[in-house]
Amino acid sequence: MWIIAPLLCGLVFGAGLLISGMVQPTKVLGFLDVFGAWDPSLLVVMVAALAVSVPGFMLVDRSARPWLGGQFFRPGKSGIDLPLVTGAAMFGVGWGLVGLCPGPALESLATLSPAIIVFVVAMAAGMMAHDAWQQSRLAAQRSRELASAADG
Amino acid sequence: MANFTPVSAAIGGALIGLSAVLLMLSTGRIAGISGIFSGLLNLRGEDKGWRIAFLAGLILAPVIAGWIGYGMATPMLPANWAVIVAAGLLVGFGTRLGGGCTSGHGICGVARLSPRSVAATAIFMVTAIVTVAVARHVLGG
Repeated sequence: MWIIAPLLCGLVFGAGLLISGMVQPTKVLGFLDVFGAWDPSLLVVMVAALAVSVPGFMLVDRSARPWLGGQFFRPGKSGIDLPLVTGAAMFGVGWGLVGLCPGPALESLATLSPAIIVFVVAMAAGMMAHDAWQQSRLAAQRSRELASAADG
Repeated sequence: MANFTPVSAAIGGALIGLSAVLLMLSTGRIAGISGIFSGLLNLRGEDKGWRIAFLAGLILAPVIAGWIGYGMATPMLPANWAVIVAAGLLVGFGTRLGGGCTSGHGICGVARLSPRSVAATAIFMVTAIVTVAVARHVLGG
């Protein structure tokens, strides 16, 4: 039965993107086009979402553990580093090119649009390319450490 | 501001915030869509059930909306396939490198006042706005 909770959360998230219109790239690009016919709707979406999530996460902080057991998974990093800056900048360029971020892109798979499917496949490829690159970097770092340990 | 839709934006935004809070309260997970999706792409790891359930709900939302008469219009994307592929690659690689997207950083992280998320949100907003400005007003798309 535990699977019902994340399923319902996905439904509510999807309903929010649908009702707000943010599932449509034209609506998102209308917000990003500050030098054109600017549409501030996305700003209202973020403020309304934060109006619920700020007190909501305070409630989380006062809870010992999740309703369904286990533990709260909170991001461990807190510092602003180069990967964060570079990654966010790259994501913004891709987002601005077509007006799609991961949530609306995945939700739009429901329309079976070929262009959406191509975008999602490319997005998955980008994610896997990143993970493969990270793994090869870690492996190279480990072999360097082993080599220097052997030298010392 | 002819296209401004503040009421539906506020209702939709509140639902997105509610979803993020409920997912954390019930399962202890962050509602970051890029993170939820990328966790399904590797073959290892066993915490895939909740990810599949959440994304199934996300994709089912427009299907159910269609059943009750609010079908979703097919999103309009550029006609140029190379632009779509380049955008997808940038979004995929960038969200992994930066550790999140509009939902994980923009909604969950900012709500927790995480400096990383506030910085990431400011940066991707700026580069997206610059990209649209260049595409529409400099190159004239």
